[in-house]
Amino acid sequence: MITATEFTPISGLAGGLLIGLSATLLLWANGRIAGISGILGGLITPSRGDTGWRLAFMIGLLAGGVVYSLATGGMDVDIQVSWPWMLVGGFIVGFGTRLGSGCTSGHGVCGVGRMSQRSIVAMCTFMLTAGLTVFAVRHGFGG
Amino acid sequence: MNTRFLTSLAAGAIFGLGLAISGMINPAKILNFLDIAGAWDPTLALVMGGALAVTIPAFRWVLKRSTPVLDGRFHVPSRKDIDLRLVSGAALFGIGWGLAGYCPGPAITALVTGLLPVLGFFAALVAGNWLASRL
Repeated sequence: MITATEFTPISGLAGGLLIGLSATLLLWANGRIAGISGILGGLITPSRGDTGWRLAFMIGLLAGGVVYSLATGGMDVDIQVSWPWMLVGGFIVGFGTRLGSGCTSGHGVCGVGRMSQRSIVAMCTFMLTAGLTVFAVRHGFGG
Repeated sequence: MNTRFLTSLAAGAIFGLGLAISGMINPAKILNFLDIAGAWDPTLALVMGGALAVTIPAFRWVLKRSTPVLDGRFHVPSRKDIDLRLVSGAALFGIGWGLAGYCPGPAITALVTGLLPVLGFFAALVAGNWLASRL
């Protein structure tokens, strides 16, 4: 299933600026990197005295979605693959981000933001494998 | 309540709002961005560009401080080596992202829709994260 989407540059840019602002606030106030997989990972394998701010951030992520839904009437979410692929995808994303110490936010927004070589390598790697995966799924198997 | 929790809550809410406004909570937009050979939707590039337009200058400014405002030190990674875990982990993450169209942040914000495939994705993500922590 492929749902067509429109290019939305203004809302994309506005959302991106908010994400950058959020990452800056967390680093400036708390000295923490706004990497979602890392913040979540610290709740999955918790250590004493290091869970409160993580939980607060997670509640905030949900609250942002609630506020947006209340203001606009809902979020457009078009799931593109069947159940088993959602589970496989989720598992690989969880495993890979923990192994590779970050995801789009930790390596992309924050790591590249401070010009970390590890993050630049990670971002180029996951962009490449993600693009190749989509190509294989949509155009590779007799498509 | 601890001030650090409040700033973290605010940062999370701004982040979640940014993901929702930009449309990144919709896996169709992510997969259409990654599908350069298909009906390409370049929105994600503007989201990443907008975020980096803030963090690249702002992080330089913030990290000139000796400490953050509410903590005794910056908790910033110091490693510089490119190792197999980093590259293989990033490669795997990209495969999962390209399969389902979700990375961790948008999947969490999209949980509020209550859609079962999103809940399933998140549960599997937690399991994968936990298993990798055992390695």
